[in-house]
Formats: sequence, structure tokens, C-alpha cells
Amino acid sequence: MADEQQVIDKPRPREIIAPGYTFGTVTDQIATVVLTKKTPLFWFVGFGVGFSLLLVFLWAVVVLFAKGVGIWGIRTPVMWGFAITNFVWWIGIGHAGTLISAILLLLNQRWRNSINRFAEAMTLFAVACAGMFPILHLGRPWLAYWLFPYPNTMGVQPNFRSPLVWDVFAVSTYATVSLMFWYVGLIPDLATLRDRTASRMPRFIYGIMAMGWRGSARHWSVYETASLLLAGLATPLVLSVHTVVSFDFTIAIVPGWHSTFFPPYFVAGAIYSGFAMVMALAIPLRAAYGLEGLITDKHLDNSAKVMLATGLIVAYAYIMEAFTAWYTGNVYEHDAIWHRMTGPYKYSYWFLVTCNIIAPQFLWSKKIRSKPALLFVSSIVVLIGMWLERYVIIVSSLAQDFLVSSWGIFQATRWDWATYLGTIGLFLFLFFLFIRLLPMISIFEVRTLLPQAKIEEEV
Amino acid sequence: MSDTKKKTTGQGPEDRGQGPGGGGQGSGFLANVETNGRAPADLIQLTAPADKARGTVSPAPALWRSLNDYAAAPDFEERLQSEFPRQAIGWSEDENAVDGRRNFLKLMGASMALAGLSACTRQPTEHIVPYVRQPEELIPGRPLFFATATTLGGVATGVLVESHEGRPTKIEGSPEHPASLGACDIFSQASVLQLYDPDRSQALTLDGEIRSWGAFLGVLRAIVDAQKSTNGAGIRILTETVTSPTMADQLRAVQKAFPASKWHQWEPAGPHSARAAAMQAFGAPVHTYYDFSNANVVVSLDADFLASGTASLRYARQFSARRRVTAENSEMNRLYVVEPMPTPTGTKADHRLPLRGDDIEEFAWMLATALGAAQGPKTSDNGDVSKWINPISHDLLRNKGASLVIAGEHQPASVHALAHAMNAALGNVGKTVFYTDPIEANQVDQLASLQELVKDLDSGTVELLLILGGNPAFTAPVDLAMRDRIVKAKVRAHLSLYENETSELCQWHLPETHFLETWGDARAFDGTVTIQQPLIEPLYNGRSAYQLLQMFADNPEISPYQIVKGYWAGQHKGIDFEAWWRRAVHDGIVPDTALPPKTPTLKANLGAPAAKRKLEGKLEVIFRPDPTIFDGRFVNNGWLQELPKPITKLTWDNAVMLSPTTAHWAGVETGDLVQLTYGSFSLRAPVWVQPGHAIGAATLHLGYGHTRAGKTGTGVGFNPYGLRLSKALGHDVGLELKKVSSGYPFASTQEFHTLDTRRHLVHKGTLEEFKKEPESVHEGAEAPPRELTIYPEWQYPGYAWGMAIDLNSCTGCGACVVACQAENNIAVVGKDQVRRGRAMHWIRIDSYYAGDDLNNPPIYNQPVPCQQCEDAPCELVCPVQATSHSAEGLNDMVYNRCVGTRYCSNNCPYKVRRFNFYLFSDYETPSLKLLHNPDVTVRSRGVMEKCTYCVQRINAAKIDSERQDRKVQDGEIQTACQATCPTEAIIFGNVNDPDSRVSKMKADKRNYSLLADINTRPRTTYLATLSNPNPEAEG
Repeated sequence: MADEQQVIDKPRPREIIAPGYTFGTVTDQIATVVLTKKTPLFWFVGFGVGFSLLLVFLWAVVVLFAKGVGIWGIRTPVMWGFAITNFVWWIGIGHAGTLISAILLLLNQRWRNSINRFAEAMTLFAVACAGMFPILHLGRPWLAYWLFPYPNTMGVQPNFRSPLVWDVFAVSTYATVSLMFWYVGLIPDLATLRDRTASRMPRFIYGIMAMGWRGSARHWSVYETASLLLAGLATPLVLSVHTVVSFDFTIAIVPGWHSTFFPPYFVAGAIYSGFAMVMALAIPLRAAYGLEGLITDKHLDNSAKVMLATGLIVAYAYIMEAFTAWYTGNVYEHDAIWHRMTGPYKYSYWFLVTCNIIAPQFLWSKKIRSKPALLFVSSIVVLIGMWLERYVIIVSSLAQDFLVSSWGIFQATRWDWATYLGTIGLFLFLFFLFIRLLPMISIFEVRTLLPQAKIEEEV
Repeated sequence: MSDTKKKTTGQGPEDRGQGPGGGGQGSGFLANVETNGRAPADLIQLTAPADKARGTVSPAPALWRSLNDYAAAPDFEERLQSEFPRQAIGWSEDENAVDGRRNFLKLMGASMALAGLSACTRQPTEHIVPYVRQPEELIPGRPLFFATATTLGGVATGVLVESHEGRPTKIEGSPEHPASLGACDIFSQASVLQLYDPDRSQALTLDGEIRSWGAFLGVLRAIVDAQKSTNGAGIRILTETVTSPTMADQLRAVQKAFPASKWHQWEPAGPHSARAAAMQAFGAPVHTYYDFSNANVVVSLDADFLASGTASLRYARQFSARRRVTAENSEMNRLYVVEPMPTPTGTKADHRLPLRGDDIEEFAWMLATALGAAQGPKTSDNGDVSKWINPISHDLLRNKGASLVIAGEHQPASVHALAHAMNAALGNVGKTVFYTDPIEANQVDQLASLQELVKDLDSGTVELLLILGGNPAFTAPVDLAMRDRIVKAKVRAHLSLYENETSELCQWHLPETHFLETWGDARAFDGTVTIQQPLIEPLYNGRSAYQLLQMFADNPEISPYQIVKGYWAGQHKGIDFEAWWRRAVHDGIVPDTALPPKTPTLKANLGAPAAKRKLEGKLEVIFRPDPTIFDGRFVNNGWLQELPKPITKLTWDNAVMLSPTTAHWAGVETGDLVQLTYGSFSLRAPVWVQPGHAIGAATLHLGYGHTRAGKTGTGVGFNPYGLRLSKALGHDVGLELKKVSSGYPFASTQEFHTLDTRRHLVHKGTLEEFKKEPESVHEGAEAPPRELTIYPEWQYPGYAWGMAIDLNSCTGCGACVVACQAENNIAVVGKDQVRRGRAMHWIRIDSYYAGDDLNNPPIYNQPVPCQQCEDAPCELVCPVQATSHSAEGLNDMVYNRCVGTRYCSNNCPYKVRRFNFYLFSDYETPSLKLLHNPDVTVRSRGVMEKCTYCVQRINAAKIDSERQDRKVQDGEIQTACQATCPTEAIIFGNVNDPDSRVSKMKADKRNYSLLADINTRPRTTYLATLSNPNPEAEG
């Protein structure tokens, strides 16, 4: 087993895999990242940052549980602040992973094969981060289980009219399906790792996790069916989860929340930020591990195009939001948008417009799309923009709603920031563990991209 | 979190704070803490040697299983033997270890039991008489109501005190008392918190060391005996205003026994100039009160008669009754107000003119001249004043005998004298204005009285200075330098509820009993006497001023009960004193004690008007008692500190109030810290820019800036007493103002006040328009049809509770806010949390400004409790059904079920829901546990809470009615806010009953729903506010 990585020719622009790969070199290159004994410095730096922020998160959560949600900046009338913003943001990020693995699979977009594994992992970790916020933000988090319909002596059930209960089902279903999809997809590669590792312990663990995969035709047949079924299950979730999340706002009567176009707007925004996150992860990863041959410029180009498309949908939504507010003639809706643009949150608003609408327009240029560094910057810009979008929707709408007397301005505290940055830490922590312990690119699926695979098929 | 809530006191033994089971019975153990101190003392003595042994004696076992074991060290046994020979027998070596231990336990048990027995010393029985609902015996769970009276500035307001198993929890107005008429003000409401305040002084101290009352009595008697030879020339007693007949009698007795002694009075926010004006206008001390029920036109010269002053509850009731426009009555009275600082009265004015103090005086002269009551100036350089005089004087002259001119308490004597003259000229005396003999026991010029005391202190003749209540070191005019003067008395004793700035200067600090702990009596605004009865044994080792004055007499140790009853037994002329006494105490009023009206003759010559002082680049400084903490006596009261002050909505602070124009001129804005200089005194204070304030003046509210108060009050705000000179207790020209820095953090509960784009929040109009077209008040509002919902209608076969709030009556005084806080165990959160928008009040008073004139905008008040919507947005979104619709139409809030998603609050368009961001409720402080209403859950952290129309009161009434097999009658249930409202603006009842008061109000043409356009269909509705402007003054 060679520890050193092999030098592969740079791919030509339109290819989704560099020429010169063989089944063996693909397997070697991907498996080596995991099976090598040398952990690169890059990994330690990334993991260290993630772990430090994770500790910040734990600290913030301990204080939160000890004292109460008063440590945050929330107040009357802005009862939701960073927690729900982060929740929506993280859930949105997760969407790209599912889109790539499920919808693009069904649409037979073969370029997805090289990025779906880590995109799915990203989904999983993003959902983990998101899933904590609805619990953390509760006044009495120890009673979170009351949101589940379980038989109890009180004879009380959750209120099925409440979008928060729908959230519980939507998010838990999403988390379950994502986990299963990701794990099932991992099994053949786990078997590869089991077979290639030299030491006993990893072999044992990968062996258990591979669930006896031997690569027989029967296994492959069952695998293909299962994977197709899960893709079928996951596909509606891409649309439904963020639709339900948007219901948290549309069902409420708060001006600035109460609008029917939120579901498509939120789904588009989710995919927008999700692809931004995919690129923000892929670009440094492929540079650090020399994976330009597997994650080619073509992938980045495609992702950038998806971003541009969804970004335009989001831009359309912003315009429609302002238009409907004006067109309804409703003083509350009108003021909600007007305050958003000119009120206490105007800087956030115009900054998010810059991030989400103006910055992505550069992606029309092929030149920019072919420069990974610029794409990385633009994806970070979009991630910030999308976070701000949720923040502005939630906070500015609540801050100035119906009764002028009750208006009040939300100001984040350091605990708000600690919790937010802390979940980024958790995400990085989990993600770096993932790239060190599991193959970040699907070995067997990338092998199907090779010309050799096609020839055999044709024969 | 230390700033959010008062924490455990740390002072005083724990057991004193615990439940005084039979507080009202007279035999509660609290009373005996002093005498039965033996049991704890024994324990102390037992453990003390052990403590010593720990340090000095080595033979103690290295490892020990218990204190007994440890204490068995030979040295300790020896000590024990000598200390307690008999008890120690069981410990000797000839007894085996087991028996020894058992004996010890037996002895322990026995001594504890004996300690308990010794607490059963029989106390003399003192009967207090339950009011209204008088059960055979006290039924647990059912409160009793007792009549008594609160005093402010010495003058009484009758109250009923709700007592749960011997602990007073809530104050209600006394319907039979003339000053209350069933209503209650913020100070009375908050006095229960004062009773249980853990910061109250709990022990008698000499130079900070705890002493017994016996020790003080010994010292006092020695001085008194020594003073006998000089007729008491060295004795000075300083009180606040005294109206109590009993105390007056005692003070007279002291004067009689010690003719050379002196009694001084000082009440910082008392009616100093009204007293002076009576002398000026009538040549004799005369007391004035008013009757608004016959007044068609009222002119207020800076009198906030609707919200402050000794009879404001009665005045507000009478005034608002004359403004209630119903199907039967379509007429309103008319109110003109000139004032510097917007007050609740100012917000109700049909014409309001902001004027600074000197302008008001000029205004009074011009109005009196126009009415022919005085010879003064006919023109003014202030165009507004000139414009106003004619319409007002015509209006007044049209209503001779049915009009009223009132001078504010803090206006100079000349304005009061002019008001007397005008009322006389208008023939109002005996119709709307009444004169009586003074209600004060000894009406004197209190400033002169204080100055005389200062002179005596300087001359060193004062042997004993006895300060009964008050805080003269803090509240006296700053030029008297009272701090330096008080210490010149040889022996100084200060009786007070709290240790304050004056206590610091006195050797003896004497803890005072709260009025709910002791007997007493006091006169109301019209002279009516109320006998105050105690609701609970004194929580701490306090005594009342009556007891202290009794120390000068031959029988110094008689109880307050004997003192008060003894005095009235002496006064009683008829037969059967016991029955008379029972009746008087029970009713809360002593019959036939109201002073008869008289008609003093007005002096012809009122003098000439003083020349109006020019500002010359300076400002006029105006001193007023604070709207919520008064002269500073309530500074440690969290409810009053956190009660948003009328109009400004400021909490936990006072400020330099400036008009927008003045602020612009001075280059300052809200939150700037300025250096105020007036005369040779100066201090730093933050600026608050107040629309509607008079230009060229700065109002400073007294009472803040204590250096020594409790944990709640110390260091809050700034102290305007530091600028108040004896030459100008009300206002004076000559204040300079310089900006120092900016960014002072005010805690205001309302940051936005504009009504510009949302006119329909407060429906309003003029009486004339309304009579022509009733719908005109609802202009700009829309109400969607009822069918516009996909949910089926709720069915209410039984009751359907509803509320109607008449904005035309509401003055925005805030009494309902405190009443609600007391009734519903609402937590105090502290300034920092208020700044973060986390105040917990279930009902709030929103204030809105309308129009463009920042210097005099119309101001509208709107009380907002939970609207109890039919289609409640909150119910829909709660994921755990913690808030749900009741069968009677309430939005019930199930605290136990709430997990704290706060979604309901986000979705509440009225933002009436309050969230416990932290553990705001105080679960620790023992004395505050007694305060809680046992019928209402104390909410914990992470739980949403809100108004439920006092559902505990609804249920109590329903249970009663079901037991009697009848329906709940209209008016049987009064919500806490309704019960206390001086103007009866809030009406609650069954909307299923078309004859109920609330149904009738809802049928009124002025009725509207707040935010009707979003179709939540609230159960709480509002009646539009109307104004009645003088057509002549328009345009």
C-alpha cells in the first residue's frame, strides 16, 4: 500500500474526471487519505479550529442550560433571534447534499458521483447542527420531548396545528433518511477499506460497518435497488423540509412572515446556500489532498451554475416580496418591508442583498467560474448572505410589527455569537473526523465514471 | 443575575420570616421572638464550647462520627459539667455510651418542647374585625378583607386588605371611604411589597450594634427625667405631616408635660404653598377640597388632580363620570390644563398649554384679571397665553357656580390665592370648592418649622432629637445642610421603616412597624378618620410612632391597641363604646368625623403680581415628586421602580425633563449626561427629551439618588434634593446646563410613540363630530366580516367573559399595572432586564403622541392587557397546547405545560405575552414568600405568562355561585385592574348576558377592537376617546 499520492494529469476543462485514472488509482487515491498513517498538517489545523469552537459551543450551552435563554439577546417582541436563524441556515445548507445525492442521481447526472459522499456528510452534520437549535432555544429544554406524540398519563398530545410540530416530523424524517442514504452508500467503500487496511482494529471496525459486503452480483443488485428507493424517498424531502420550515413563518401572522411564496423561496435559498457550502468545502479539500483529478473544475463550474440559478430565484423572491408588500396596500406589510430596507436593520438588509444578489452575478463569467479561489470567496459571500437573509427576515419582521408601542430592537449578545460559532465548530469537528476516517469521495461510484467502466458496460 | 431581583436578606434570623400562621390572631409566635429567645440561646451555648474546643483542645478524637461524639472530649465534658450540672449527668463516665446518647436526645427533645411551650405566653387579645365577607371562622383558602387606611403625606386613603390565612397579600380600595370610593392608587397597591421588603430595618441599633427596646427606653427615660427640670427645653420631635387624632393627642400631652419642648414637621412634597396661600388669602389656616361632579369647566393650573394628591382617586372618579358619553348622556365637562411637565391630567385636557412656572403665575393673574377677581396684567409676551385667556374666561363665566379653578400643590402661594379668588368670583365656593378647618393636627409652615429646628440645632440646645419617620437628612432643602445640623443634637434617634441617610446620622435607629402591622388612625382629605388596624403581627422587632410617643408618658409600655382605643374611648360620648369601636374599625371610617365646610372670607387685597423673571440664557428648574416613588419613600419598592412612569414610560430612573426645543437649544438629546448648576449647587444627571414639556424649563423628579436605601433603591437615579433650596421648593429661574457625556442607559418600556401611519390604534374624535356622526371616531379603521375565517365559531353555552376599556376615562395613572402585579405574583426584573425588553407586566399603558407639534402633541393612553382573541394567533402556533381556548372564551395559559418556544409571543399582534427569560420569580427570600397570592402559580424560568382576566377570581366566584345554585351576577367578579381603576375605565363581565355592564359598553357606538383589521376578534374592546374642545379656542 503506497502512502504517497500519485500524480495525475490535470483534467481538461470539460471533464468530470481526469484522464489516466484506472480502477486501481482511483481506489488508491481515495483510500489512501483514510488509511495513511501520516495525518497532514492541514487536517490538524482544520480539526483544531473545529474542536476549539466546539468547546466554545459546549461552554455556551452549559451557561444556557444553567441560566436560561435570557443570556441571548432575545426580548419582547423579538422572541426568536440567532437560534432560529441558525436553525434555518443549517437546515438549508443540508439541502444541497440531498439534492446532489438524490435528485441528481435520479436525473442521472453522473458528475455528482465525485461529490455526493462529502455533500451527504455535510447534510448530515448540518442537520445535526440545525437539529440542536430547536431544543436549545426552548425555555425549558428538558421538556422537548413533549413535542412528540407519545402516549402519556397527562392525556395531552401536541398541537398538530402548530408548524413547530410539523418541524419535528420534517426534520427528524430528514435526518433519518439522510443518515440511511449516506450509510447505505458507504457500505461498498467500507468493505474496500476493510480489505485494504493493514491493521487489525480498523479492519475489525470497518468490517462490522461494512455488514458483510463482499461485492457479489446479488449484493450489487440489492444495493442498487435500495439506493434508488432511498433516493426516491429523499427527493420529496428536499422540497418538503424547507417548505415546512418556511411554514414556521408563513403560518404566523407577523407582517414580513405571512406570505405564500415563502416555500419555493426558502427551498431555492436552501439549495443556494447548500451549494455554496459544498464549494466552500470542496475547493480547499481538493487542493489539500490533491484531488483535482476527481473533483474537477467541471464540478465547480456546475455547482457555480446551480448557485447562479438558485441565486436568481432568490433575487426574484426579494423583488416579489417588496412588490407584494407595496401591491397589497396593507400598512403592516408595507411597513415591514420599508423598515427592513430603511429601519434599524437596513445595514444587514442591504449587505445581504449585496451578498445574495449582486455578488453572484459575477458567476455569469466563465473566467470567474474557472478560478477556484474566486469561487471559494463567492461561496463564502453567499453563505454569509444567506445567514443574514434569515436573520433579517426573522428579526426585523418581529422587531416592528403591529403595535408601535411594543416595537423593540434585538441586539445579539456574546452568547448568541458563541452558540452560532460553536455550531460551526461542531460542523468542522465532525467533518474533519469524517474526512480522516471515511472515504470522502465514493470510490465505487467514481470508478463507474472511468472510460473502462463504460466499455465493459457496452460489451 | 444579581441585578434582576432582590435576593435573600442575610439579615435577621430565618425563622422570623416564616409564616406567621395566625398573624391576625394576636398569638402568632413572631411576636414572641424576643421573649422566647431561650431555646436558640441554649443551643448557642451548647455549641460554643465545642467551637472553642476545636481550636484549643487536642484530646478531641481525630475522627468523630457526630458532634456528640466530638463533644465528648474530656475538656468539653468538664466545661459542660460546670455549665449545665444537671443536664450533664447523663454524659458522665459511669453511664454507658448508649444511655448517654439517649439521655442527651431526650434532653434535647425536652428542651425543644419546653422552648416551644414558652412561646405560648398568653398575649392580651386585641380584636380586629373582618370586613365584607365575614365567615364564622377563618376558612383556609378563603381570604378575609379588613378595612384600614394607607397614608401619603399623612393623609389617609381607605383600603381593604386581602388577607390569606393571616398574611396580607393585596390591597383593594374601600368603597365606603370617601377618598377611595373603591379605587386604589399605585402607592397603596405597592405597600404590601413594602411590608415584606427584606431590606426593611429589622433591629434596633445603637451605633450599628443591636440593642433591645428596653435599652433604648432606659436611655430615653433618663433624658426625659433629666429634662423635667428644664420643662423639656432640650427635647425636639421631628415628624412628617400628622393628621392622626391619637398622635396629635399624644404630642399635645408631650407638650403639656414638657412645655419647652418643640414639635417640628417636615414633609418634602407636602402642600407647602397651599398652606401659605390659605394664610395669604383668608388669614387663617384653611383646607381646600373640590367636587368635580358639578364642574362643567375645569381649569388646572398645573394641578395633576387625576393622578396625584390626597384625593385624586375621588377626583378622578368624579371627573371621569362627567366625561362618560353614553346613550343617555351626551355631554362632557371641559378641562383646560396649563402645566410644565405632561401629567395624566394633562393627557385628558381638552386644551393643554405647556407653560413654565413663572408663565403659569402670569397666566393665573391674567385669568383672574379677566374674571374680575384681581387686578393684574392684561397682556403677556407669551402669545399662547394671551390667546387662551379670553376663551377660557368666557367659558368659566358661562358656567358660574359650575366651574372650577385648581392650583397645583407645587405652585407658589400666589397662584393658590388667585385660584381662591377666581373660585370666589365664579361663585364656586360651596358648589365645587369646599373649605374646612385644617385636617392636619397642627398646620404650620413646615419650612419655617424646619428652619427653627436648624437654628436650635446650631445653638446646641438640643439634647434629644427624636425623628419619627421621614428622611430629613435627605429631603430637607440643601441650603439647610441638614446632614451637618442633625449631628449637633446630643442624642439622636430615628424611627424608620428603612435604614436611610438620616439613620446614618443618628446613634439610635429604631425599626418602625409598617401600617399593616400596627394600630393607628389618620384623617382623609375631608377630615374623615379611619382607624388603621393591623393585619399581621410585626414581622420584625419594630414599634410605631404611637408607642414611641407613649414613652414620654407615665405608662410607657402600653400597646398601640390600647393607645388608639384609649384615645377614642376618651372621645366617645355616647353609650356602648365597644359596639361603636367595633363598627368604626370594621367600616374603616369613624362616623361623623368629616370636617364641616365653612366659608372663610377672602381678603380683598391679593397684592400685586411679582415681576416675571427673565430666563436670560438660563433655564427654569422645576421640582416635582416622582410619579412612582414619590418623595423617595418608595425608592426600595421594586414594583414602583419598575412601574413605567406615566407618559415617559421610564423605569428605574429620574431624568432632567426638557422639551425638544429646549434640548435642541442646549445641544443635548435623550441619554446625554449634563452638569446642572443652580445657585452654588450642582449635580450630574441624564437628560430625557419629553414632547409636550414647557420650553425653557427643566423638570426634576425628586426621590432618586439615595446613597443609603435598600438593595433595590441605593444608587438609582440622581438626587434633585441636591439643588432644591428653601427659597424655591417648587420652581425657580437660574438653572444652567452643560453637556458632560452621552450614552446614559435609560430603561424605558416604550421606545416608539408615533401614531402617524397607524391612526387606528387609538380611535378618537371630538364630542361635536361624534354627536353628528358617531362613526367618525372609527375613521381609518376597517373590520373584516366575521365569516372571514375557516375555523368554526366557538360556542359558549355558559359564560363568555369579556372586557371593555373606556379610553375616554383612562388617565394612564398606572394603578392597574401595580394591582395586576400584586394580584398575579408578577416578578420584578430589574433595570438591566427592562432595558432588554423583558419587563413582565401583564397589563401595560401605551402612550402615543399624535400630530407634528413636538412641543405640545396630544397624548393618548391605552391600557393593553391580553385581548383574549376569539381567533387567537397564539393558540394556533403553540406546539404543546400550553395556551388554549377555554369554554368561556379565555385564552388559558397552562404554565405547567409550557416548554418555552415563545412562538405564541411572536404571533401575538398585541405583544401582551411575557416570558421568563431567567428565573425571575423569587423562590428564596422568606419574607417575599408571604407576599404571594396563593391562588396564582409562581412561574418558573422558561415559561410564558400573560393576563387571563384574573381567572382565579372568576373561578372563585363561579364556585360560590354554584354552591348557591345560581349564576354569577354582573359585577360579582372584578379583575384586579378593574377593581383598582379610579375612573372605572375597565369593565369586565359576561358578554353572553345582554344586560351586563360590559355588554352595554360593547354595544356603545364608540366600541372598537384593537387591530380589528387582522380579524383576531378580541374579547377586550376599547371605547374611543373623545375630546370636548372649546370652539372659541379653536383656530
